[in-house]
Amino acid sequence: MIEANLPAMFVVSYISVALLIVLAGVRVKQSAQPLATMGALVAALLSFVGWVVVQAHTDAGFPATRYGFGGWAPPIGIEFVLDGLSAFFLMVVNGVAAVVLWHSAGNIDKHLDAHPPTFYALATLFLLGLNGMILTGDLFNLYVFLEISSLSSYALIAIGSRQAPLAAFRYLILGTVGGTLYLIGVGFMYAMTGTLNMIDMMAIIPLIAQEPGVLVALLLMIIGIGVKAALFPLYGWLPESYTQTNSISSALIAPIGTKVAAYVMIRILLYVFGATELNAVWPLSDAIALLAGAGILFGSVMAILQKNLKRMLAFSSISQIGYILMGVALMNPLAFAGALFHVLNHALMKATLFMVSSHLERQEGSVDIRDFNDSYRVKYPWSMATFTLAAISMIGLPPMAGFFSKWMLALGTIEAGHWILFGVILSSSLLNAVYFFGILEKVYLRRSGQKEASKHPMNEVSWGMRLPALMLALTLLVFGFINAPILEVLQSLFPT
Amino acid sequence: METFLSNYAYAFTLAIMCVGLYGMFFKRNLVKKVIGLSIFQAAVIMFFVSLASKMGGTVPVKWDAVPIEMIDGYMNPLPHTLMLTAIVVGVATQGVAFGLLVNIWNRFKTLEEDDLHNAIMEDSDD
Amino acid sequence: MMVQSEFIPLLAVLVSLFAIPLIALSSNRPNLREAWTFIAALIKFGLVVSLIPGALQGETVGGALFEIAPGLPFELEADPLGVFFALIASGLWIFTSAYSIGYMRGNSEVKQTRFFAAFAMSLSSTIGVAFAGNLFTFIVFYEILTLSTYPLVVHKESDAAIQAARKYLTYTLTAGLLLVAGAALLYMETGTLDFEAGGLAALTTSTLSTGKLWVIFILMFIGVGVKAGVMPLHSWLPSAMAAPTPVSSLLHAVAVVKSGVFGVLRVSGFVFGFGVLQQIGADVLMMVLSAFTLTVASFLAFKQDNLKRRLAYSTVGHLSYIVLGVSLMTMSGVLGSVLHIAAHATMKITLFFCAGAIYVNLHKDSISQLDGAAKVMPWTFAAFTIGAMGLTGIPPINGFFSKWTLALGTIEAAQWIPLGLLILSGLMNAGYFFPIVARAYFKPGGQDLEGHGEANPWMVVPLVSTALLSVIFGLFPNAFVHILDLATVIMEQIFHSGGSL
Repeated sequence: MIEANLPAMFVVSYISVALLIVLAGVRVKQSAQPLATMGALVAALLSFVGWVVVQAHTDAGFPATRYGFGGWAPPIGIEFVLDGLSAFFLMVVNGVAAVVLWHSAGNIDKHLDAHPPTFYALATLFLLGLNGMILTGDLFNLYVFLEISSLSSYALIAIGSRQAPLAAFRYLILGTVGGTLYLIGVGFMYAMTGTLNMIDMMAIIPLIAQEPGVLVALLLMIIGIGVKAALFPLYGWLPESYTQTNSISSALIAPIGTKVAAYVMIRILLYVFGATELNAVWPLSDAIALLAGAGILFGSVMAILQKNLKRMLAFSSISQIGYILMGVALMNPLAFAGALFHVLNHALMKATLFMVSSHLERQEGSVDIRDFNDSYRVKYPWSMATFTLAAISMIGLPPMAGFFSKWMLALGTIEAGHWILFGVILSSSLLNAVYFFGILEKVYLRRSGQKEASKHPMNEVSWGMRLPALMLALTLLVFGFINAPILEVLQSLFPT
Repeated sequence: METFLSNYAYAFTLAIMCVGLYGMFFKRNLVKKVIGLSIFQAAVIMFFVSLASKMGGTVPVKWDAVPIEMIDGYMNPLPHTLMLTAIVVGVATQGVAFGLLVNIWNRFKTLEEDDLHNAIMEDSDD
Repeated sequence: MMVQSEFIPLLAVLVSLFAIPLIALSSNRPNLREAWTFIAALIKFGLVVSLIPGALQGETVGGALFEIAPGLPFELEADPLGVFFALIASGLWIFTSAYSIGYMRGNSEVKQTRFFAAFAMSLSSTIGVAFAGNLFTFIVFYEILTLSTYPLVVHKESDAAIQAARKYLTYTLTAGLLLVAGAALLYMETGTLDFEAGGLAALTTSTLSTGKLWVIFILMFIGVGVKAGVMPLHSWLPSAMAAPTPVSSLLHAVAVVKSGVFGVLRVSGFVFGFGVLQQIGADVLMMVLSAFTLTVASFLAFKQDNLKRRLAYSTVGHLSYIVLGVSLMTMSGVLGSVLHIAAHATMKITLFFCAGAIYVNLHKDSISQLDGAAKVMPWTFAAFTIGAMGLTGIPPINGFFSKWTLALGTIEAAQWIPLGLLILSGLMNAGYFFPIVARAYFKPGGQDLEGHGEANPWMVVPLVSTALLSVIFGLFPNAFVHILDLATVIMEQIFHSGGSL
């Protein structure tokens, strides 16, 4: 019973929580954050159950769990599909969101003194949209959920610095263009296949893959989703949005927002189309892989040039999403597993790093890298240790988890014979090292002429904030050691 | 010429889309950008509706004059229903957009790109 | 035996890792903190020593612990070569620990807790490098070694130290990355990264094109060559002398650079195999580079007035002796290399200890200031003289035997130019070391030496001990820990075994 209805439960639980937050918030403003955290936690547990169920089903040879809404059988009705891929993304999104929302408790007083219930209701709707995008088996329904999550994220981003609404507005314009282009692409596909159901379409596509119209539809969809995923060169909205928004939103949106767009890419490129159909007219996957590679280098170089920690992390996000999209576009199981593992790693790393940046923003009032000095080591020992762990993982040094996703991606590029991209992966690790060691050097070493660090008292944030960040960072270490079984499962998700 | 005539709906949609895109990316006033945005979305709605239309077809409500087996006699209802949703999404988007604009106005007292740019340059240090 | 022997390699790695939290927690009680270092060092050495009897039988202890990446086990195996290297590193750690205490306190350095913690971490990773059973595990520890030595290099936090540490990181991280790249290519071609004495069977039987083999070899050789200080990849090494002397002595004469040459041995003898390398002609490249390095480094050593920098260039030169020996790919050549790993370690650590003792005691780091210093620091300079004689290759110090074997190797391989360069460089070693000794003993000392005596016993005892060790191992190569026998077993494995480890 639970198994059969599991796909619908994510959305239902998020909607109920969102409503509950608004209703309860009228009376007790403080109830919003615990409620939202609980909502995400429930979803995280549900996704874990979903993952276990899917694994059991796969082992037993059953197909994916499909849930037709309103009792309408697909392809007439809209359906939710819970398979290995969606279960994996659900776990990442909901798990990280739960930790971020838990962490956000300590920051409410700084950013959201007026309306915590509104904020948390929006955050819950944002997660609802992402969950819907992951679960839906219908291309148009995906658009609807995409807009739900996007609209909430515009609002979330608008809460922040003086320029935040402007950054959100620019994101809104670009995001809506992206969403609309995706919608046109879906229209084309519908005109050609007569269906919007992904599984249904999968069966029809081999018959029409040679037509140029398919290429147009694909390009439109990829550009549309590419905007959301910040695929190079469609990243324009991202840096300012992440920089100007409040630190809760950036910690919530940065780790998981772009990942779900990457999920849609995977779903469409690899599941609905597949390598042969995708490249039937034009080598589309190569083009995406090269763009992703360019994004990796561009993001890394831009990150080095930044003076604001949040903007630096934003550009590093562009580079990291490049890894994921490249792994998808290489179209082999090794790179695919690397990309998925990087989704997990990057979600953990970016959440950690943005959390630490929120600690600094909270205590210091600014995240200007030029102001970093070795007093931070004394003032924020825990936060800085957390930052160091995540940074080492970002650079991709063993035994942190970040190394292993890059290792798999590197193997994937060799498998595909893409030597340029092989070089890109290697060199970007060094670029990552440049900007992260630059910060670590400032924090841990005393420059000549600076006053003694030990004069500063410890000024660390509360344990309620330190602990979630540290936990995520340690998870990276744990995943570094137990990556082999995870990667094996992820490899098996590659559609044959 | 014939291809144009048979696809003129697409060409028309494309033209409206370009108008919308022009408004979004080249107008310096933020409200005009939102207007461009809504034109752009309207184009897509028209595109979907034109997908569903059939020459000589009627509304998809069962009618005795057209037997149900005569598929070409009825228009395809699905795109219309999809577009109902899309219109709702569009309205919501504009709602959020105007909400943001109100916020921007309150903070900067202007909605012109150039003035905003100058204002940001003045108070930004990073 | 209390513990099951297959866990000894793991324990040997973990011992100093466990010491780190203890060191950090006893930050406010220096004596207790240093006690942890000592206890860890002694236990580690004991564990390694307990592996010697097995290694002498050619046995390999340990095995795969778990899968660290798909298809790649995390493997800690103590084969004879690994035991050999671990023995040197862990044995000399004991002396260095004593010496560091004297040095750090004598010099009243700051952040000593960080220093000792990072030191323990480096040792863990060095032992990990030694016991790594496959290339992937090797890389993991190799990178950790880079990271954990960074705080040591940068310890003084002066501008020079920060610059040096940046350079160090740039070189070593790039090298690590290339090593990873090489490993990835090799793994995709052969499906394995295991170390097999005599080379990967999968590689000797494969139909890999020469071009691809070259690419993989070059990537890996740069990867390990940077830490081995092979020119033109050496320049981090003299810069890294900005670190406190105990760091230079253990890490830059024993652990880090020896991990590099150890890596050269592993890559050429246990991954590619000498047959494959000779077939594609890679041995010539190694030989040219190392012969060039050992000559040029000796010339450069002449020019240095800073004592530590002169030692650094001498290290660059001597590391290339080892690489040269490997590149000969004959029995005596490789034997000489392995022996020189041990010999150079004891001798160079003595010299660095002396340099540190002079710096702490007399606050002098230039050679030109050392006039008459031997009169006030007789023990230190006696040890220095022994070390210098050993590196020059004068019997009966252990340096003579390793160099002798290396020379035999060149004759065996009929490589006359390297032989000539070996002899030339030996003379140059004499040329750049003996002036120091002569200055210290025979020139009259200045006013500033008055009131100074010998350095404190925490420093003098270790440096005299390592000097004595050099002599003892020169006279009795099999004393205490059977170095020569171990080396012979290693040779048998590399040259006569077709099977895996």
